[in-house]
Amino acid sequence: MLDNALRFLSLADANVRFVLLGSLLIGATGGMLGSFAVLRRRSLLGDALAHAALPGVALAYLATGSKSLPVLLFGATVAGVLGVLLIQFITQYTRVKADSAIGIVLSVFFGIGIVLLTHIQRAGGGNQSGLDKFLFGQAASMVGDDLRVMTVLTAVIIVAVLALYKEFKALIFDAGFLSTLGFSARKVDAMLMGLIVLTVMVGLQAVGVVLIAAMLITPAVAARFWSERLGTMVVISTAFGGVSGVVGTFVSSLAPRIPTGPVMVLVATLFFVVSALCAPRRGMLARWRRHRHNAERERRHHFLRAFIELSNKESRNTLPASSLAVELGWKVSRVERLGHKLARQGYARRSDGEWYLTDAGVEEGIFIVKSHRLWEHYLYYRSILDADHVDRPADEVEHLLTPEIIADLEQILAEERGIDPDEVVNIHGTLSHYRRGGRE
Amino acid sequence: MSDPVHPTEAVPPIQIHDMTIAYHKKPVLWDVDLDVPEGVLVGIIGPNGAGKSTMIKAVMDLIPKASGWVKIYDRPYDQMRSAIGYVPQRESVDWDFPVNALDVVLMGRYGHVGWLRRPSSEDRRIAAEALEKVGMAEFAQRQISQLSGGQQQRVFLARALAQDARIYMMDEPFAGVDAATERAIIDILIELRSQGKTILVVHHDLQTVTAYFDWVIMLNMRVVAAGPTNEVFTDENLQKTYGGRLTVLSQAAQAMADHRRGN
Repeated sequence: MLDNALRFLSLADANVRFVLLGSLLIGATGGMLGSFAVLRRRSLLGDALAHAALPGVALAYLATGSKSLPVLLFGATVAGVLGVLLIQFITQYTRVKADSAIGIVLSVFFGIGIVLLTHIQRAGGGNQSGLDKFLFGQAASMVGDDLRVMTVLTAVIIVAVLALYKEFKALIFDAGFLSTLGFSARKVDAMLMGLIVLTVMVGLQAVGVVLIAAMLITPAVAARFWSERLGTMVVISTAFGGVSGVVGTFVSSLAPRIPTGPVMVLVATLFFVVSALCAPRRGMLARWRRHRHNAERERRHHFLRAFIELSNKESRNTLPASSLAVELGWKVSRVERLGHKLARQGYARRSDGEWYLTDAGVEEGIFIVKSHRLWEHYLYYRSILDADHVDRPADEVEHLLTPEIIADLEQILAEERGIDPDEVVNIHGTLSHYRRGGRE
Repeated sequence: MSDPVHPTEAVPPIQIHDMTIAYHKKPVLWDVDLDVPEGVLVGIIGPNGAGKSTMIKAVMDLIPKASGWVKIYDRPYDQMRSAIGYVPQRESVDWDFPVNALDVVLMGRYGHVGWLRRPSSEDRRIAAEALEKVGMAEFAQRQISQLSGGQQQRVFLARALAQDARIYMMDEPFAGVDAATERAIIDILIELRSQGKTILVVHHDLQTVTAYFDWVIMLNMRVVAAGPTNEVFTDENLQKTYGGRLTVLSQAAQAMADHRRGN
């Protein structure tokens, strides 16, 4: 295995160089076009296109007897495009929805392809024809001639994407607007679709009709997690795809009979999983952290507000956890746990078995009490709710009010109702004849 | 200059002649025959399904016409695309698209830039100015899904301003926006009008029609009335436009659709 790794890394073997370059091109073009395909919601259409290409490969061979890549890819393109057109025809002229149309066309074309391949293999005796590599791909079969074809196609794709970048961007975001600008949205869309076709064809021999769509979809979806700009997304997606190609080739070179295409797809999937988990803003961990942060803040607000209200009512600066627990409707143990947490964060202290607030705790607590009561008043005087319904919405809103909104509320209450905002905090007691959590 | 509300002989910016629109053979807008004068702020009003959006989309060839024609400054629309700026409904696009506010506004310049070329620094300057004008300069680099509904609407308006057009078509620019944004938008519309531009606005709030618009088109599958607001925005026309019950037209349209399905 080590020998294999060294031989691979030294790039001494021409065949290794071909396979490596081929996989790099496939991964990179797939990632590049994939960004547009995914954002245009064409992922599945790309998959259908690839599957539908199979009978084209077989028919091209039957018609010409040639196994040269350009001939086979020509057949593949014709069949693939035919499949896509058929899907569009079905969705446009029947009541069949797009997903069903894709499913029907994909499986019919693929089925015909398999029948033809089987026939060719029987007739040609065993695996002589070598066409079965188009099924699951065979990167090792790429030779110099194939690579020249792929390089030309890749160059065409890259130049076209650079030239039409602005048009593609506007098409995907707002096709209607683009056509009012004098661009034919149909033409731009057709060109994008044409490039997707070319991209699929580039990868067909090495990755196969079954898996090539994954090289279109997965790097792009992974890249979206890391970027909020289309340009950056395309670059990252191209890089993810290219690296998947290279790493996939390397891994499959370590031992015999590890297929390159599937490993490339697995590497790309690894990029996706890591991105979906760890990406800074859109990733699952980041979202979970934000959610937890909010929940924590909410609990802290409840604790601080309960403390301030209770200490006002009872005119004492320290409170036992038991009375806070009653005020909050929580278990004593939960109050103690939160208290210790707030102590670590510098909001509260504990002495002689009772809790008191630090300056920071008092400041934030008073702000929350104020938010809560101002909002209650606002709702009450706007007659949106009766007084005994006021508490719950205020509970939800108090965490979200910013100092600016508070200032607005104070102004509204002062101007419309002649209420002194400072008084609001005090008169609240007379209003709060509603109960919380079945207490009293 | 003559009174723009009562034009005398100038070429009208928009002429619509005998235009009928049908979706799947079911007519949704019948026989629109209409000249819009230059330099007016026009409100297009009518109940849901009256064909308000359909009308402006058909003018811009976004949906096919079953019959009739449209002329822009007496020439076919195809030659006059760059004369029209467009603000589509905000819900018509996916705001999770990976672009920032300035990118979107820059798209308003694409018509001037043309095929295959990149926007110039001049285009960027115009786009930045347009954002500034709608009070969104500080959000230029913000991803568009991070903007509030009102801010997204302002971005759309800025994109249309960047088109630097003579006619503006706006599809419900006031839908679901905050009061400050509504004020900002109407101020800009009034400024555009003072520059002699013609603005058509699909509008829902009947309360503000007289305050905002000097012309009004009242639709309910056909043009019920069109003209200066103080002349046509009457109780009688409102009754005709919004008055309950199926109109003969919608019954006929339904019959045509049923017939096509073979019922």
